[in-house]
Amino acid sequence: MSLEDKVIKLVSEVTKSEAANISAGTSLIDDLNLDSLDMAEMMMKMEDEFGIEIPEDETENLKTIGDVTSFLNSKQVN
Amino acid sequence: MSHESTPQVLNRVAITGMGGICGLGSTLNEIWPNLISGKSGISHIEEFTDDKLFPIKFAGIVKNFTLNPDILSEKEQRKYGRFLLLALQAADEAMSNLNLMQSYEPDRIGSIIGTGMGGFDLLESNYKQFFEKGARRINPFLIPGIIPNMTPGLFSILHGFHGINYSVSSACASSGHALSAAANEIRLGTHDAIISGGTESVVTGITLGGFNQMKALGKGFDDVTKISRPFDKDRCGFVMGEGAGILVLENYEKAKKRGAPILAELVGYGSSSDAHHIAAPHPEGKGAMTAMLNAMRNADLRPEQIDYINAHGTSTPLGDKIEVQAVKKVFGDHAYKLAMTSTKSSIGHLLGAAGGIESVLCIKAMMENTIPPTINLTNPDPECDLNFVPNVGIKKELNYVLNNTFGFGGTNSTLIFKAQ
Repeated sequence: MSLEDKVIKLVSEVTKSEAANISAGTSLIDDLNLDSLDMAEMMMKMEDEFGIEIPEDETENLKTIGDVTSFLNSKQVN
Repeated sequence: MSHESTPQVLNRVAITGMGGICGLGSTLNEIWPNLISGKSGISHIEEFTDDKLFPIKFAGIVKNFTLNPDILSEKEQRKYGRFLLLALQAADEAMSNLNLMQSYEPDRIGSIIGTGMGGFDLLESNYKQFFEKGARRINPFLIPGIIPNMTPGLFSILHGFHGINYSVSSACASSGHALSAAANEIRLGTHDAIISGGTESVVTGITLGGFNQMKALGKGFDDVTKISRPFDKDRCGFVMGEGAGILVLENYEKAKKRGAPILAELVGYGSSSDAHHIAAPHPEGKGAMTAMLNAMRNADLRPEQIDYINAHGTSTPLGDKIEVQAVKKVFGDHAYKLAMTSTKSSIGHLLGAAGGIESVLCIKAMMENTIPPTINLTNPDPECDLNFVPNVGIKKELNYVLNNTFGFGGTNSTLIFKAQ
């Protein structure tokens, strides 16, 4: 499973959205309607899943699935 | 402007809708036949396997519960303690077809809900994360998901009610007090409709363990359905249950005028304190007596007019005996003529939700002219010698019924409902 697919799977589980409707361009806030608490929870799940720490000031740059995948790549997560 | 001045004569309070969920079923229609035929809603909790963590492995749990995503989306449901989801289920049943928002101004519809504890299930799982992995693993939804007043909060958010919105916490008397407070808002004319009652779900290791350490819980029977046995000689403590009982209270005249179904009238309430002990009842039942007497004064009724008492009757050795004594002192000879049962024998003790579900069952009893039984009453305690309707429900015309709920801290609540 590619890193992007892993991200999509996790996001799909947390938001109870169909994985098929989520892609690199999907916006967490605009398309999946996550509010600030949802986003905080999502980042927590990402940290758990991928064994990294996401600094709080980084969170605001992670707007889409693609942003998240790129960030994880930059942290050498695969 | 929807403000109305305080009425010279208090408004009457109609019950126009109700819903229930407990170990005997997820709707009132499911619960009622099970209750009347003497079934037990107490069962083993399969997940509780570790003896060290779970000395008590049974409760009146709601089995196979899933909340319809039309009521709250699955994404949202994950965020909340189980007590909130159970309340939403019961409220959906209570409010179905009532068209409250089409009938009243939004700021004249509110919600006052009783919960003794809150989302301890979420709290417990987050504590585990906290101790194992640290504060960064606390779920951001922990706090909103566990606070007791999120039930009326969600009712308001989901339905658009702009009226009063708070929760009442007085341990096992919470729902009785919530309904009393709601009735007062209707009586005084501040609101036209209030969603009230209570919800509780704390079937977790820490709460069962906590009550067990107090020696408050019954145990020692191989068949767990036999443990809750109010007024029986072999009673040995209460069995915890979970669930919710939600009622819609409306201004009686307005409800009648708009053609809403009037299921019953809430005619009086009484509250009192034992001023005695944190957990044990007053030895002469003083607080219980005062609550019942105050309720009858408030309803302007004589003791002989009460047909049925849904007792607090938790199946503890001391509590049941003292409640019986208090009823004898308040009702005199009539104590032997009325029927008094404890539905906790069938569904366990729903703690802060007890008065909610029991009020629902009291009203259903009047609607059906049928008294639900006290099950497991096979060997009556000689000191408990009233008509407890053992084991199977009976038909009887019911005009006025009374519900007692008493809580830790020595707090007591009595409600009286009138048949329509």
